Amino acid sequence: MFGKLTWDAIPFDEPIPLVTSLVVILAVVGTGIWVWRKGWWPALWHGYITSTDHKKIGIMYIVLALLMLVRGFADAIMMRAQQSLAIGASQGYLPPDHYNQIFSAHGTIMIFFVAMPFVIGFMNFAVPLQLGVRDVAFPTMNNVSFWLTASGALLVNLSLFIGEFARTGWLAFPPLSEKEFSPGVGVDYYLVALQISGVGTLLTGVNFVTTILKTRAPGMSYLRMPVFCWTSLASNLLIIAAFPVLTVTLALLMLDRYLGFHFFTNDGGGNSMLYMNLIWVWGHPEVYILVLPAFGIFSEVAATFSGKPLFGYRSMVFATLAICIISFCVWLHHFFTMGAGANVNAIFGIASMIIGIPTGVKIYNWLFTMYGGRVRFNVPMYYLIGFMLTFVLGGLTGVLLAIPAVDFLVHNSLFLVAHFHHVIIGGVVFAIMAGYTYWFPKAFGFTLDERLGKAIFWCWFIGFHLAFMPLYVLGFWGATRRMQHIPDASWAPWLNVAFFGAAIIGLGIALTVVQLLYSIKTRDQRRDVTGDPWDGRTLEWLTLSPPPHYNFAVLPDVHGEEAYWTRKQTAIKEDRLIDEPNYQPIEMPIDTPTGVICALFASICGFAVIWHIWWLAILGLIGAFAIFVWYAWQDEHEHIIPVDEVRENARERRRIRMEHLHSLSQST
Amino acid sequence: MTEHDPEKLNVAPGQPHSNILSETVAYVIGLALALVLTGVSFWVASTSALWGPGVAVGLVVLAIAQMGVHLVFFLHITSGPDNTNNVLALAFGVLIVFLVMIGTIWIMGHMNANMAPDPALMNLQMQH
Repeated sequence: MFGKLTWDAIPFDEPIPLVTSLVVILAVVGTGIWVWRKGWWPALWHGYITSTDHKKIGIMYIVLALLMLVRGFADAIMMRAQQSLAIGASQGYLPPDHYNQIFSAHGTIMIFFVAMPFVIGFMNFAVPLQLGVRDVAFPTMNNVSFWLTASGALLVNLSLFIGEFARTGWLAFPPLSEKEFSPGVGVDYYLVALQISGVGTLLTGVNFVTTILKTRAPGMSYLRMPVFCWTSLASNLLIIAAFPVLTVTLALLMLDRYLGFHFFTNDGGGNSMLYMNLIWVWGHPEVYILVLPAFGIFSEVAATFSGKPLFGYRSMVFATLAICIISFCVWLHHFFTMGAGANVNAIFGIASMIIGIPTGVKIYNWLFTMYGGRVRFNVPMYYLIGFMLTFVLGGLTGVLLAIPAVDFLVHNSLFLVAHFHHVIIGGVVFAIMAGYTYWFPKAFGFTLDERLGKAIFWCWFIGFHLAFMPLYVLGFWGATRRMQHIPDASWAPWLNVAFFGAAIIGLGIALTVVQLLYSIKTRDQRRDVTGDPWDGRTLEWLTLSPPPHYNFAVLPDVHGEEAYWTRKQTAIKEDRLIDEPNYQPIEMPIDTPTGVICALFASICGFAVIWHIWWLAILGLIGAFAIFVWYAWQDEHEHIIPVDEVRENARERRRIRMEHLHSLSQST
Repeated sequence: MTEHDPEKLNVAPGQPHSNILSETVAYVIGLALALVLTGVSFWVASTSALWGPGVAVGLVVLAIAQMGVHLVFFLHITSGPDNTNNVLALAFGVLIVFLVMIGTIWIMGHMNANMAPDPALMNLQMQH
């Protein structure tokens, strides 16, 4: 009846996961009751959960990412604590099988459920606004994408309370991840969660490529799109090309585990090396799926806060597309030491070094954007400068690792761990924090506290260097990654510094929560009444903060690069706005519970597959399918916003903007 | 989106058809070609009339022809100016598929040559 699921699945004898799970369950239930007592459920249900508004979906992605960041960081600080304690005679506080689950969960959660939702959240929020349109190409599918991602995150976190998580590392390499060596449900949790969220990500890719190629404001030609839209386009093209490879690879491993196939086994003609090859065909582009939108965010920040157009816009576009293609030519550098031989290693090593060139072009572009500009040192600018300092160094260790011979020395060492955290924290996380500060006022209508924002930056910047620079040293000394016990007592000081650094990052994350609460509390003093708090250059700053559901009363006419900047300067010079257009009623997609119900059934199906409860799996699958049939039978997918409402809102916006621009033209 | 003519959204990308009859005829031609190519593939694979090594080459040619039929008749790829996006997307897809396929074959070929497992070592792994 219940497959492999018994009471033994609940970790009654392990206090750490048990207590954590109970606290989390209490917190979730408590939040639910609190929201219910406040009477906010209808607003939450209609405004967010079932919303097809790209801005609301983007916010939900970012909330998910922030929550998962806390989970992923908890794993990180536990690992650092274990490595600081378990030196010499001491065994620390985490038994090996628990420690192995923690590092696997840390990697899986940080990539799939922190970094991905963050960048997809920003793309959701900003891309349609920057393109000057009202929504993405497929709004309902967008909602489904989010909920499938959330479903994957739910399953990964459920493994803490019911059963176990994979002990195989974040990519579940066979033969360790095969049934023979990992008989438990841990790897199944990993596989099923990633399959479900992978479908969501692929749908996002299709949605955004279509949106960017097909729906842009009049006059917004390709070479007038903001750089963030370009990097989002490249990132989503990579999603479409790479995620099917992940799905197939994980599906092959599932066939091995569930149906006794021999794709990656030791015996029966299997070849586990093919898994490494295929997973990195996805895995390397994945890095660029994350970092390209990060580059886009920094491009927006550089231009806005330097008060200058982006230097070398076309070279930026070209570099983005070059990275998009070359990122598919380098995957072997993740397994130089597996034995492909000199010819293969040399070609992939050279390709890996070449990809540094377009990235270098971008760094110079940001530097020259700042050069000669009137740089305003707001929080996003701190992250940009911190990013350039950090990322260049991380890139240099990357070029070092692109030399196959070096890998025979440092492969799978802490040197590698330090390198990829160097580029992912220095590149992606800094960009995420910059984007969060930059677009927060647009999303909610008030800015985040600057002083706390700068404190958070310094926590990340100093904490990162303290946490990861010692790992470079240890890596050179031969410390391998994923060690539950440290045999050499002379490594202790370095590991303690690393722990201290992680604690500083933890302080930064705690301050992020404080900053959010404090900014909400003092929101009346920090209102963004103009819709343009940073003196922006792209179209999202044309509309009010927060924007109406339909974004723009009429789609803006775009003349030249920097659509909004041109328009703003003309208005300031002539001291008047463009003539009032002829407003029309606007057709917008209606809310739909399709996504959340589909994800509910997908979660049930996934859980059942993990525990071999086949009747429930079939029910879940039927439910997930039935909701789409129901959706397809609906006649009403849009509602009309009457012209009076549109006109009234637009006039109010014009009045506010006129006042704002008038005050600007007085001051210049 | 309000800006688009709803009629246009219902027509597949590529050559728009004036009436349902000509559209049906196009689909039937495509289906017939696809069936013929499939049938010939089965014949090529099972016959002994062809020179052995030629069979694989023949199957590859037929498979590529099959892809062409699908692209033109069912996915409506044309060389028209409104099809640039589709053609570019196709080119990107083909490029990536080739990079991945050829790269994988090349890598795995070298792996198999260099990393053939030692029977004694295999035996150790079997025993855990």
